[in-house]
Amino acid sequence: MLRIEQLVKSFDGERKKRGSKAVGADTAGARVFAVNNVSFTVPEGELFTLLGPSGCGKTTTLRSVAGLESPDSGEIALSDRVLFSRSATGKARTNVPANARGLGMVFQSYAIWPHMTVFDNVAFPLQVKRRNERLKKKEIEHRVLRVLETMELANLADRQATKLSGGQQQRLALARALVIEPPLLLLDEPLSNLDAKLRESLRYELKRLQRELGITSIYVTHDQIEALALSTTVAVMKDGNVMQLGRPREVYENPNCKFVAEFIGTSNFISGSVTAKHGDLFTVDTIDGRLVLGSPIDLTIGSDVIVSIRPEAVEVNTMSRGGDTPNEWLGKVVTRAFLGDAVDHVVAVGKHEIRARGNPSVSIEPGSTVYLRMDPAKLALVPVD
Amino acid sequence: MATTTDRGMSRAGSVVAGARPPAPRRRGRRWLPTPQLLITGAVAAVIAYLALVPLYYLLWGTFFDDNGLTFGGFERAYGNNRIGELVGNSLWFAVGAAVLSLTVGTSLAYLNVRTDVPFKAVFFAASIVPLIIPGILYTISWIFLASPEIGVLNAALSPIVGTAPFDIFTIWGMIWVEGLHSSPIVFLLMVAAFRAMDPSLEESALMSGASRLQTIRKVTLPLVRPGLLAAVLIILITSIESFEVPALLGLQNGIYVFTSRIYFVLRSYPPDLAAAGALAVGLLLIAVIGVGISRLLAGKGSKTFQTITGKGFRPRPMDLGRWKPVVGFGILLYFFVTVLAPLAVLLYTSFLPFYQAPSAEAFSSLTLENYRDLFKLDQAVTAMKNSLILGVSTATGVMAVMSVAAWMVVRARTRGTGLLEQLSFVPLVIPGLVLGLSLSFVYLRSPIPIYGTIFILLIAYCTKYMPYGMRYATTSMTQISNELEESALVSGASWWQTFRRVLLPLLTPGILAGWVYILVVSFRELSSSILLYSPGNEVLSILIFEQYENGQFTVLAALGVIMVMTLVVLVSVAYKVGAKVGLRQ
Repeated sequence: MLRIEQLVKSFDGERKKRGSKAVGADTAGARVFAVNNVSFTVPEGELFTLLGPSGCGKTTTLRSVAGLESPDSGEIALSDRVLFSRSATGKARTNVPANARGLGMVFQSYAIWPHMTVFDNVAFPLQVKRRNERLKKKEIEHRVLRVLETMELANLADRQATKLSGGQQQRLALARALVIEPPLLLLDEPLSNLDAKLRESLRYELKRLQRELGITSIYVTHDQIEALALSTTVAVMKDGNVMQLGRPREVYENPNCKFVAEFIGTSNFISGSVTAKHGDLFTVDTIDGRLVLGSPIDLTIGSDVIVSIRPEAVEVNTMSRGGDTPNEWLGKVVTRAFLGDAVDHVVAVGKHEIRARGNPSVSIEPGSTVYLRMDPAKLALVPVD
Repeated sequence: MATTTDRGMSRAGSVVAGARPPAPRRRGRRWLPTPQLLITGAVAAVIAYLALVPLYYLLWGTFFDDNGLTFGGFERAYGNNRIGELVGNSLWFAVGAAVLSLTVGTSLAYLNVRTDVPFKAVFFAASIVPLIIPGILYTISWIFLASPEIGVLNAALSPIVGTAPFDIFTIWGMIWVEGLHSSPIVFLLMVAAFRAMDPSLEESALMSGASRLQTIRKVTLPLVRPGLLAAVLIILITSIESFEVPALLGLQNGIYVFTSRIYFVLRSYPPDLAAAGALAVGLLLIAVIGVGISRLLAGKGSKTFQTITGKGFRPRPMDLGRWKPVVGFGILLYFFVTVLAPLAVLLYTSFLPFYQAPSAEAFSSLTLENYRDLFKLDQAVTAMKNSLILGVSTATGVMAVMSVAAWMVVRARTRGTGLLEQLSFVPLVIPGLVLGLSLSFVYLRSPIPIYGTIFILLIAYCTKYMPYGMRYATTSMTQISNELEESALVSGASWWQTFRRVLLPLLTPGILAGWVYILVVSFRELSSSILLYSPGNEVLSILIFEQYENGQFTVLAALGVIMVMTLVVLVSVAYKVGAKVGLRQ
């Protein structure tokens, strides 16, 4: 459906000045990339999320798809229609302007036009079509009302757009993006301006709508929970690169690098080296003890690895299960925090401090000696950077 | 998904121009200039033309004659040791007026913002004086008040003091009139500066044991320094460029500053264009140096002023205590001197059959004759019409061009737009008289018959008020989120559709405010018109100037009253619009 290949975009200030003689800093080596060679495809009907901290290039990528930025090189194609293409040398280029791409987009600020009514905002994309493609007035009205109904805004059609609440504005922005029935919907942090409660309910609303309409969407966010909850596929970005791409569960359970493991959820990292292999299970020796875990990658004996341990994979107990239990470490509670639906314990084991998250009914005094047990199936190996 | 037209277009986009089979209609459009390119290109060309061409011709006309490069103009302009006197007078006048208006304006602003001073409504009335009483009328009113021969104040006081105590036709008189007329501008600028300052900074100084004066000197003034510097710059430049005051008050006793000297040189026969040009270049140089110095000072200071936060706070007015009646009396006196007296004397004169000091006899002879004469005077009707036509067309033209230019500067940000912004601010340092002179250099040589028509005045006004239009348009443009425009683009709107349907409606309040402001200021323009008008094309201010020179004081006063009333209407519309703008933001 949407195909992006080798997209490159350097920051505006650093762009090579064409025609002028390159002076030292202007050479390719000094360019700072907002998007560095990003490629991915989004299959029909999927909700594809670009996730990453600010400045990672996710918004630039989205805006390149929208046609609001023009990348330095790469190709963007929707089905077999090339929207953007430019080779690294800058020759042979296509750049369909934003207003001819026919996509739907929801902006972070919603960008609701304050001088128009709800109806006018939604009708705008239909009204500005080229004369020979424009629908009749009646037909426009019909389509606008239909989409407003889907968004439960029909009764507010004549209201001034600025008089809407935050959630209503968000739905209005969505209605405006959907009214032309675009092949692709672009969402730029659409929930970030809402308060936490509303954000959560709209998250499910958005997911339901996207699945029902089956509309292919690209979603940009820095909120990992949002990304995990909504997406069919998540692409985690950092410094203009896609670090990992996969189903939400995959990315969470098997992060392929320390950055992803850290960015999505919290994790304890313990480094060590592989000392033995028994069937599917590897034994990793660390300075504070031995860990046994499974890995999708085959590791050679003696290689250095980092083990990522999610806090919820760590069980805290005052009793030992017996000498031979794998992955049972002895430690001392440093501090604890009650979070409502869980209790966090920070436990010192040798040189490490390990965070554990568990049932709120288990709360242990700081200073107590405890046993940590880590389920081998829930530990993940990430490569040493 | 992609329709056939869509596909055709994207394919079209990928090809480089060349032999292709007949392609969809849209393909050809890529290689024609788009409306965006045409409009922005035209706007950039207009701005560059207005800003640069007059300057070029001014320099050319000053430095070159039929025999090539020459400095003859400079010799005639500055020779005979005239340069020292000229520069001395100009600076004395400008600095004196600046000191007066800064002292008065800043103190009033401080009192208004920070204290429980009485009669706060009076401040508002006083602050719009320079907008409703044009410089020429203000100067003439002061002649009526304080001329040694005919001044009303002198007539009232000389029986007591013995001689006429005031002489307005001196450098002190010039400083007095110019300073008072500019003090409301300082007041407005400083009110903004004081409002932006967090009062807790002052309160903490008081808590540390500083006295009130120490606090003002050591905390308040340093903190509002950027605002103060801006005010200093504006006042210095307006007074050095001021034409009305030096021409009406200075020429009488041969006190020349740059502007009045230029006027004098051009009015003598034969007019020495090169010498006037040399003077204009000198004046321009002073203005540029002034701007440069203040930029330097402002740049140095700006870093240290991050303590002025935009945080919301409630300024708590300071209790004036036993000084309250004294300060209140001062405020009333100020209002009387700057607003009431000049307006009253103008009104009084307009009802007189011939000019005389107030007396029982004078009051019994009051008549409406002057107003009746005005309606019969073709010139007056034409001048009124011309002023209005020029005001409306200048405002419309400037705001139309500048709203596109503002888009280019704020949004497009391609190469050259920074230069465009700089260019649009060039006229700010060109004194009106210099602009008039430069334009006459241009259009005396132009084969297009513009010189001697009303169009040359239109060009002059558009050039002169271009910076104001730019300021209004960019300010409102920056307040519109970029995403509003982008979402229109993504919705499929073309550049022109986006501009017309999304940007313009959102810009309207700001553009309207700018429009009314430019209408008001062009309505009373004098200094560039004086060199460019031709008989039959007078505007109101020119007619008043002419009538003053002919000694028709009473008719002039009637015309002045009508002009002030028109301006009151225009200014109140401006304030209405301004208030609406304020609400929307």
